Amino acid sequence: MRHTISVLVSNEFGVLSKISGLFSGRGFNIESLCVAETLDPEVSRMTIVTRGDDKVIEQITKQLNKLVSVLKVHDLTAEEHIGRELALIKVSVAAENRAEVLSIVDIFRAKVVDVSPRSYTIETTGDEQKLRAIVELLRPFGIKEVARTGRIALSRSHRAKQGK
Amino acid sequence: MKMTGARILIESLLKEGVDTIFGFPGGVVLPIYDVLYDSPLKHVLVRHEQGAVHMADGYARASGRPGVVVVTSGPGATNTVTGIATAYMDSIPVVVFTGQVPTALIGNDAFQEADIVGITRPCTKHNYLVKDIKELTKTIKEAFHVATTGRPGPVLVDLPKDVLIAMAEFKYPAAAELPGYQPKYKGHGGQVKKAMARILKARKPVIYAGGGVILSDAAPELKTLAEKLHIPVTTTLMGMGGFPGTHSLYMGMLGMHGTYAANMAVTNTDCLIAIGARFDDRVTGKIDEFAPYATIIHIDIDPTSISKNVEVDVPIVGDVKGILREMGKILPKQKELKEHEKELQPWLKEVKKWERTHKLSYKPGKKGVLKPQYVVEKLYELTKGNAIITTEVGQNQMWAAQFFKFKKPRTFLSSGGLGTMGYGLPAAIGAQVAFPKKTVIDIAGDGSIQMNIQEMATAVQYKLPVKVAILNNRYLGMVRQWQEFFYDKRYSHTCMGKLPDFVKLAEAYGGVGLRASKPEEVEAVIKKALKVTDRPVLMDFVVAPEEGVYPMVPTGEPLNKMLLV
Repeated sequence: MRHTISVLVSNEFGVLSKISGLFSGRGFNIESLCVAETLDPEVSRMTIVTRGDDKVIEQITKQLNKLVSVLKVHDLTAEEHIGRELALIKVSVAAENRAEVLSIVDIFRAKVVDVSPRSYTIETTGDEQKLRAIVELLRPFGIKEVARTGRIALSRSHRAKQGK
Repeated sequence: MKMTGARILIESLLKEGVDTIFGFPGGVVLPIYDVLYDSPLKHVLVRHEQGAVHMADGYARASGRPGVVVVTSGPGATNTVTGIATAYMDSIPVVVFTGQVPTALIGNDAFQEADIVGITRPCTKHNYLVKDIKELTKTIKEAFHVATTGRPGPVLVDLPKDVLIAMAEFKYPAAAELPGYQPKYKGHGGQVKKAMARILKARKPVIYAGGGVILSDAAPELKTLAEKLHIPVTTTLMGMGGFPGTHSLYMGMLGMHGTYAANMAVTNTDCLIAIGARFDDRVTGKIDEFAPYATIIHIDIDPTSISKNVEVDVPIVGDVKGILREMGKILPKQKELKEHEKELQPWLKEVKKWERTHKLSYKPGKKGVLKPQYVVEKLYELTKGNAIITTEVGQNQMWAAQFFKFKKPRTFLSSGGLGTMGYGLPAAIGAQVAFPKKTVIDIAGDGSIQMNIQEMATAVQYKLPVKVAILNNRYLGMVRQWQEFFYDKRYSHTCMGKLPDFVKLAEAYGGVGLRASKPEEVEAVIKKALKVTDRPVLMDFVVAPEEGVYPMVPTGEPLNKMLLV
């Protein structure tokens, strides 16, 4: 099963390699990993999407907890949470289909963030299915490049999970 | 007062109560060595940095105090990796300080630069690169704290040269502040009670004790519990000495080369109490058929060890010593214990029967042929077991574990998890540095000893009377044994062919070289060796070349499918 694990870590030298190395060294799978500072500049949040049976996920969370740089491990999968990805999609546009592309952008509440004579760059956020859907709809026009972040996620619970 | 980073390092080590460091100088650590020149710290100059880490490791295993290493950057640092990985696998507290090129040059492929923090990430408990002298004391405090607490392990601190020469005020922190690192010592009370209830209900209980018992200094608690509840005990290789090897409840080691009694008991037990052990594959054999009828209780300080290999019924996370004490407090009353003992009689009898019918043994050699097991038996007999034994890896290690009886913890030092050839001699030196008056013997093979034999020079330089007993069979014996069983006796590259003359080699280093090729010569050689007090002794025992280690559980088989002698 797919799990989204939120990990708060000390924002220090080499911490990303400690986390990613744990996954590669023990043969765990990483589907995506996003990391950035939290409100506290000494703490970073990593959102890791991984896959495995209960036993594997249990090992992943325990092993993460064991790392000295890890402050808090929180498997969001079992509870309500909000997950988002961001994509930048550069799509070819000719004069005759500009309107059609714009209407797709509109329907998905996306944004055109860069325009050139022959392309639009579209910014969109959402869950994975939404991003897949917009990519599929834009594909016929000719997608030149796509850049996507991995998933970031927060629990819906009111309480902050240590760090902010 | 302001001091250089190098002086701060040495002052910090003194604050940590360090008395000895094992090291090898080099360009970027010269500031440290300059301070060492007139410091009260004892420095042992090794011949290879791998040796330094094994020495620190041997020092730590024998004494219970962390071992400390200082080496230079680049090759000095990379040479420590095998030693660090060895300590990591066996949870040994070692703190390794590596020099690093100045911060401005890091990443520039500078002379003698290696990304040692990157290289050792998977084999250290934690590691650091100190980029600012302001971080130095805090980092050292943390390094010792992390290495010695919770499940111990090696910690590496990388020190760039500019940090070593920068100046700062020396103020050593009283405690480490690590919000993400809070080892749990106290076991859950409910779980402890639950475990005790299961143990008392069991009719065929077995204790399986590992290195955690020794690391946590829990041998007395283990003995009390086993005796009060009349539970037979087996130990892992790492657990040897954690329970007296001469005790009537002791069944010997379990696993691949474990005793018949221990392996049969584990296979038939209805309650397996794993204490500070991690269900290594060398112990379990075929995992699906390991302790198939047992409720499994597992006490370990490391939550990742629990249910990693074997599904556990009653896990207790925490420090073994404390938990065994808690268990001791909730023992039933004397009368009930008597009753309990009666109920266990059939099981204890069965265990005794297994012990009697399949003792650890070997076929005596034909006239004039020396058997390696005999050498180990003689070492035990002539030292009366009062020795610290280190081993190399392979047949020598298994025979040492089988035929020497370890009565006390911290007297058997062996590379269990990683199986590092070349461990024994430097580890013996480390143990001898910790205990200059004790008899320290490395039981070695002719293959393994050559992996770090250069440390003979270190032993000579510091007048350390380490004894090395080479069970010389002219083969990489354990690999040869596997080739015999599983590869049709095709001894591909396991015959050592050319061996040095170990007697002359010992003499060349300035040590004592002795040789025995016949059983009747063994005693005189050992006695002579034990008398030497000012230099190392190498005993070359020329033994039967094709002797095997038995019993043996072939890989992939369950523990009760043993090949006996």
